[in-house]
Amino acid sequence: MSAVAEYTIAVLLLVGGFFTLVGAIGLARLPDFFTRLHGPTKATTLGVGAVMLSSVVFFSSRGEGVGVVEILITVFLFLTAPVSANILAKAAMHIGVGTTGQTRGKPWDQ
Amino acid sequence: MMSRLGFPQPYLSLTLFLVWQLLSDGISGGSVVLGAVLAWLIPQITRGFWPQRPAFIKPWHLPGYLLRVLLDIVSASVTVSVLILRAREPRSAFISYPLQLEHPLAITILASTISLTPGTVSADVSDDNKTLLIHALDTDDEQAVIDEIHRRYEKPLLEMFQ
Repeated sequence: MSAVAEYTIAVLLLVGGFFTLVGAIGLARLPDFFTRLHGPTKATTLGVGAVMLSSVVFFSSRGEGVGVVEILITVFLFLTAPVSANILAKAAMHIGVGTTGQTRGKPWDQ
Repeated sequence: MMSRLGFPQPYLSLTLFLVWQLLSDGISGGSVVLGAVLAWLIPQITRGFWPQRPAFIKPWHLPGYLLRVLLDIVSASVTVSVLILRAREPRSAFISYPLQLEHPLAITILASTISLTPGTVSADVSDDNKTLLIHALDTDDEQAVIDEIHRRYEKPLLEMFQ
């Protein structure tokens, strides 16, 4: 494997790890349910995206063909992450989870 | 013509077929046959969930739109990371976004885009499909968020679907 590929993989893994970590920190320290929803849905998009890219570079540089399966994993993740976030938010509004005092506007009650 | 042959959703069938080829280990006779069966069967089973035929008028706009969303995800992730790591309380807000899109698939794409781009999560659609409830993580100006979403995402989708 060439040095360029190794450095690229290392950088991508570090970037992915950093954003996943930040997402987890956000989940732990943001003040209420709706703000916490932002941490995991966002970290997965960029964190997993970067890890997937590094996997594509790894297998391509070993001459085993471009990793189509990794790209599919990301596509499926991007399709399902908004849906789960949406269902979580709907459920939270349905049972009336509280928000921080600083939140402007109100959730609907349909 | 496609719908009389048993393909009520040509785009969905095509996507299913291609994804199945990518998932299986190399294209073979078996994967083509099974992919064709799935491409025919799944749209039949899910027929009731699709309210009308897809109104994808200009699908060639889609790659450009996806590229823009990807770039936005990267730049906005950095913003959200900075916010999480700082000690300040986020100024979050619920925003009612007035929808101009009418096609259910277009609204789904817009809502998913809003959820994927960091800083905003779409929480609910009103029963009449006219308003989208968005939770913004950190904003001072609700109108600015609405204008930004309209300019960056809804306008291209309006062009694609109408």
